[in-house]
Amino acid sequence: MDDPMGTTASAAPSAGARGAIDARDAATAAEQALARRVRRFAAQDSLFGWVTFFFAALVLLGLAGILVSLVIEAWPALREFGVGFLWGTTWSPTDEVYGAVIGVYGTLVTSAIALLIAVPISFGIALFLTEACPLMLRRPLGTAIELLAGIPSIIYGFWGLFVLAPVLQEYVQPLLIATGLPIFAGPPLGIGVFTAGVVLALMVIPFTASVMRDVFETVPPVLKESAYGLGCTTWEVVGNIVLPYTRVGVIGGVMLGLGRALGETMAVTFVIGNANRLAASLFAPGNSIASTLANEFAEADPVLHIPALFALGLLLFVITIIVLICAKWLTERSAARAGR
Amino acid sequence: MSGAIYTRRRLTNGAGLGFAYASMAIGLLGLAWILWTLFYNGLSAFSYDFFFNSTPAPGSADGGMANAIVGSLMMVGFATLVSTPIGILAGIYLAEFGATSKFAAVTRFVTDVMLSAPSIVIGLFVYAIAVATVRHFSGWAGSLALSLIAIPVVVRTTENMLKLVPGSLREAAFALGAPRWKVSLAVTLRAVRGGIVTGVLLAVARIAGETAPLLFTALSNQFFSTDMSQPLANLPVVIYNFAMSPYEDWQHLAWGAAALIALIVLGINLSARILFRNKVQA
Repeated sequence: MDDPMGTTASAAPSAGARGAIDARDAATAAEQALARRVRRFAAQDSLFGWVTFFFAALVLLGLAGILVSLVIEAWPALREFGVGFLWGTTWSPTDEVYGAVIGVYGTLVTSAIALLIAVPISFGIALFLTEACPLMLRRPLGTAIELLAGIPSIIYGFWGLFVLAPVLQEYVQPLLIATGLPIFAGPPLGIGVFTAGVVLALMVIPFTASVMRDVFETVPPVLKESAYGLGCTTWEVVGNIVLPYTRVGVIGGVMLGLGRALGETMAVTFVIGNANRLAASLFAPGNSIASTLANEFAEADPVLHIPALFALGLLLFVITIIVLICAKWLTERSAARAGR
Repeated sequence: MSGAIYTRRRLTNGAGLGFAYASMAIGLLGLAWILWTLFYNGLSAFSYDFFFNSTPAPGSADGGMANAIVGSLMMVGFATLVSTPIGILAGIYLAEFGATSKFAAVTRFVTDVMLSAPSIVIGLFVYAIAVATVRHFSGWAGSLALSLIAIPVVVRTTENMLKLVPGSLREAAFALGAPRWKVSLAVTLRAVRGGIVTGVLLAVARIAGETAPLLFTALSNQFFSTDMSQPLANLPVVIYNFAMSPYEDWQHLAWGAAALIALIVLGINLSARILFRNKVQA
């Protein structure tokens, strides 16, 4: 086993005085030993191959297992409410009536607010890091942004509740209420759908910014230099060269950020207000799918409430998978283009 | 005439760059603001009691986080022990055996989906298979949920690192008569050791702060316990419970625990970066 070169076999004793027959026997013995060793290696190799295959298959089975178990656990609720679960606007554990609209609305609206804020700022950061930043600062600043992406979401939520929510309540929400728009109506509570969106934006920014920076760096320098050589300003180079070249990858990065925002639990649960009702105003408390799960699951009644929560989880999973598939397809197309 | 065009272009460019500078400033200010409040409120909670006493009843002054720290260490440690070998072997398959196979392409795709799947859904899955079946919450279930989150991280880093190994290194080993498993384990895997350690570290950093999948798998425990088959206290869930509570001393402890987690996660991320940079240069 520790002798992959077969050295012991070739060193088989063949004293010169014993004649040719002994030598031939030794040679066949050596050949047989070698053949055995090769066979053993082949067996070990195929075993090793199968072991690694098994673990790869395990990962694959994981996803299938998640989908299947969610459907099984959600089944009582799906049977009770049917497809109507998708557009039921009531979520009331006391009346045992469950519909997905409140959670889906909260999830989509908070994610939309997050992207509205995060996409332009991420773009600005990526632009700064690739085109405007002094070379010396590029690496430390890039690292700082990536570190921000690594902070656990519960810390964003905690900070959002105790620091950001009072600031928004005091300074930002009164200004927006003064505009008189119906989406900015009601008392400035601090917590609510709007605040959840802002916290999510802060969480998503470092992530999308790093992806966008990586995509921007795939633009061949020759292209940019040609444009600069023609006298373009930095802004014109970004608008006419970098963005058209990386469009697909940028959209992919935004979709990845969206995937994060949709499934984020803790950052939202702290600040969304956890109220199971629909409101036109973004300042009203609401609930997202993830925050409903986090709040209600541990104390839910196993007959119908838990299946309904599983159905919500299944819905969230399906939505994020679709978004992730689109994101991956887009980023791969952009990577293939960069490799051309 | 042309002067006006130049002025307009210069102004547009100035506005665009100004926007880029402002965005970067917002990003950095956000980081500084979060870290400042975190450490300002959190570091003052660090004390002997914080590290050596269990979570207190409301109002009693000498409580700490000992049970949560130990519970978190146990669950994260066990999850790392499970997910590292599984992730590395699956990664070896993707890089060394399944470079062109359809199965490998599907697995690669599924790994990417799992990498960004909502962690609370992983919690639901583990609840269905490991909590509902035995009818009580447990540290094992929490640990299982954490390993499910860590595995894809390890798989992806292992595969990406192995792909960086030049083919000539493999061919040289094969030409010397080494069997395939030996080439994988003793040559290619060893060549990217640093990168794989980085991947495992990043996975630990990722699961150390995960809260959502623990809410209904490990739950929490008021008392000091090292029994993995029972509900187990852990830092993230205790932070959540204490932060949402109306008691100020609980909130203060939660800030301390949050600062502790942030220190650990940032420390791991930074050291992984430094480690990997040295490996690349060497």
